[in-house]
This record gives sequence, structure tokens and C-alpha cells, in this order.
Amino acid sequence: MMHGPAPPPALTVEGVSYAYGSRPALADVSFAIAPATFAVLLGLNGAGKTTLFSLITRLFATKSGHIGIFGHDVARTPSDALRLIGVVFQSRTLDLDLSVMQNLTYHAALHGIGRREARRRADELLTQIALADRARDKVRNLSGGQMRRVEIARALLHRPRLLVLDEPTVGLDVQSRADILTHMRALVAREGASVLWATHLIDEVAPSDDVVVLHQGRVLAHGPVARVVTDAGASDIRGAFARLTKISLADTADEAA
Amino acid sequence: MTTDVTIRSEARFSAPQYAICLAGIIWREGLRFLHQRERFISALVRPLVWLFIFAAGFRQVLGVSIIPPYETYVLYEVYITPGLIAMIQLFNGMQSSLSMVYDREMGNMRTLLVSPFPRWYLLSSKLIAGTAVSLLQVYAFLFIAWFWEIEPPPIGYLTVIPALVLSGLMLGALGMLISSVITQLENFAGVMNFVIFPMFFASSALYPLWRVQEGSPFLYYVCQANPFTHATELIRFALYGQVNWISLAVVCGCTAVFMVGAILAYDPARGLLARRGDRGGAA
Repeated sequence: MMHGPAPPPALTVEGVSYAYGSRPALADVSFAIAPATFAVLLGLNGAGKTTLFSLITRLFATKSGHIGIFGHDVARTPSDALRLIGVVFQSRTLDLDLSVMQNLTYHAALHGIGRREARRRADELLTQIALADRARDKVRNLSGGQMRRVEIARALLHRPRLLVLDEPTVGLDVQSRADILTHMRALVAREGASVLWATHLIDEVAPSDDVVVLHQGRVLAHGPVARVVTDAGASDIRGAFARLTKISLADTADEAA
Repeated sequence: MTTDVTIRSEARFSAPQYAICLAGIIWREGLRFLHQRERFISALVRPLVWLFIFAAGFRQVLGVSIIPPYETYVLYEVYITPGLIAMIQLFNGMQSSLSMVYDREMGNMRTLLVSPFPRWYLLSSKLIAGTAVSLLQVYAFLFIAWFWEIEPPPIGYLTVIPALVLSGLMLGALGMLISSVITQLENFAGVMNFVIFPMFFASSALYPLWRVQEGSPFLYYVCQANPFTHATELIRFALYGQVNWISLAVVCGCTAVFMVGAILAYDPARGLLARRGDRGGAA
């Protein structure tokens, strides 16, 4: 870090507010994610996670505040910003009638990657997620966990440096959840990519992660898990979350099960 | 230390990359169409029902005198064929755009919109892809209609292509615009009642406008102002190797207006995504 200016954060969110009509969804949200970090955006349903994702991916326009991807402002230079992000939406967005490979090559085309190169990368990624033998199968015939893995592979196809995932483990069984999390953390360690992982499941937070606690549209705390826990005067992240959101552990138990 | 991460202005996409993107979108739309058998069959059955049943029934009721581009008396079936072609494109335009919003396709729209290519380019590519699919439907229809003695001059099958491209773009852009600005028409039935039927019936698709004028001068002006009339007339003339310049101008103008409207509507700063966001988020 001694040479030249510090590298820009993978993601900066500065003073972002958003409202649906008169109903506020985000209020003055600010945080940053360093390169090569696995960051968990932790919040209950309705906390504003999906709204924040829509702003980061420019589905909605950021009207107040700024969002930057490695220093590229999403509003001013969307093309530069968007090509550095890989996105996994909460809802399934694969084409069920198309094969796994067809879905992947279509996505590659949306990033200007030709058929041959797309197939090469797709083969590589499918091998990593142990789905190489399903490349020709229709997506409809995959399990929920397999579809998610394909969506993640698809998000990685154009080699983004920041991967944003909105509740990627919703509806998955325990084993699939664990597999996907392991895969994502390995990716951060191996490739130096950054990940923003939104979830309402507290047990998906690992001690080594960064965490952003979002509650009712406000960021209550952000930083490395250890620091957030200490600052909140709690013993673990579950306790910290309960203290910060002033929701009793009994109430959060269902969510965090 | 990974200090080599610096802000570098990413290279712009090259022309071949734009072509890859367009080809990819068309290819996917084509694949989807081929995989959805029911959609193809219903796209084909609908105009054939009109041709085989409606036209046969009305043949005796409605006499069609000689009007351009026809040089002889024509059967009623022959008269309504261009209108049915335009109807195929109307349905296709509405369906591909509206399914995007109302159905599971919303997810696909998101996938499309987070591509780093400029949004106008993505939406235009989508329109071109939808138009390409409508051309497949139209030629399948014309093929079957040929056995029903709808036999335009052979060259007409070629000269109609530019007209089909234009009308397909216009109706696709209209569908895209409607999908973005109207939030009340929650399902396809609503679109049928409020968009497709009025456009189709208040046009020259089923009856020549001079007959409409005899019945109701007011309706005549409505029909004249209906872009669908001009899509139909453009196709009708092109099918006989002629150009209806007024219709060409209207269709071109409407295509431009609808497309600009759709692109503005899908601009993140104003359009549908944000307004629907509260519901679309977890959908």
C-alpha cells in the first residue's frame, strides 16, 4: 500500500437514499467493501437489501447519493461499472427451456464474448461446480441448488471483480447452502474477487467476513465481523445483530434457523 | 499486496462485440420460440381460424371492389390476408413484451438490463429479435395460406420483407412501450380488450376503409389515425410489389416514436422498473 494511491474499494455506497413513492426504503446508506473481501449484507426481509441491489446493478437510478464499483460511478459510467459486476438475483433468472450451456453462452453474448470463448469458460466453470456433465440438459431438469450454482457460474463468466448475490440460498437445503458458501469464499481467497452476499440468515456469516447490518433501510453497523461484535458489546454476531436491531433473540431465532 | 488494482478506463466494446451481443439476443429469442411449441401453434392457428372460418363466412356478406393494389376482384380471404399478417405481428409484439413484465420473464429482462451494453442497444436488439421471430410466424402462415389459394405474386414474398421488418419493429416497440407505462393491464386478457381488439377492428384489416366511411365517417378517421391500419396497408401493397408511401411514412414515424418512448421508459431514472420495484423485488 506504500506505492501510489490506495486502490479504490470494490464497492462504495455513499449517502444513498431511496423511496417508493412516499415509502422510504433506504435512508442515507453508506459503506464500502475492500477488494478481495467476502462481505455479508445482513438484514431481515424488508430491510432494503433488494432495493440496494437494484441500485447497485442500475435497475433503479440512484437519485441521491453515489454508488461506485472500483471507482466507476454507476450512474455516470454505467458500462464501465456494470462490466465489473457479476449479479445473482434473488428470483431465478435462468431460461428454463434452454440448456445450461445455452444459458451461459447467451449471457456471454450480453458481455460481448463470442461463442467459442464462452464455451471454453463455461466448461471450466461447470467443472468447478461439478455440473460439467449437465451442460446439455435443460435447466428445467436441474434441482434448485444446481440452478443456483449455474446462476453463479453465469455471473462469473465475464470474470467480474465484484460478485453481488441477493439472498442466493433462499429455498436451498442445508447442504447446498454450505456448498455454495464454501465455493464463494474459495473464490475470494483464490481469485481475489470481492463478494457482496445479502442474506437474512445470521448463520451464513463467518468470523472472517465483513458484515453490513441493514435494518429498516439504515446501516446500523459495518466492518469486519469481530469489530462489529465488539462495538456492539456482544459475544457473537447473533448477539450483535439482536442488540443493534433491538430485536430479541427469540424473534430472530426463526429467521436465523 | 494487491496494489496493482487501479482505476483504468475500460476499453469500449468493439463493433464485433456489438454484433455478438445482437446475435446472442436473436439466437436466444429464436431458441425460446422453437422450444415453446404452444406459442408457435397458437400464433399460427389464430390467423388460420380467421382465414378458414371468419373469411369463409363473410365472403358473401362483404363484397370487395377493385381497390389498389389489387388489379382484379379479389376474394375476401385474399383481402384480409395482409391484416392477418399484421395481426400475427401485433400479437407477437404484445406477447414478447408483456410476458417480459408480467410473467417469469421479468427475470430475463433484468439479466438483459444489467449487461454493460448501452440500454438503447439492448432494447433495440430485443425488438429486432422479436421481429425476426414474427417473420418466421408470418412465413409459416403464408405457406399454409398458399394452399388456401392465397397466392400473391412470387416476387411479393420477397418485397414484403422490408414491410414486415418495419411493421414488426413498430408493433414490438408499441408492446414494449405499453409494457413499461401501463401498470393496470395486469394480464393478457386486459391487453386483448384494450389494445389488440380496438387496434385490429378499427383498421383496414377486415374491411376496406371506404366501406367504413359509408357507415361512419368518424370511425373512418379513427381507422386512418390507427398505426395498425398503416402497418396493414404497407404489408398489403408490399405483398404485390408496391409501396404505399403514406403508410410507409406513418409506420416509420410511429416506429421511431414508440422506440424512443420505450427506451425512455426503460431508463432507470423514470420507467417501470422502479415503479414496480416494490413488488418485483421478491417476485
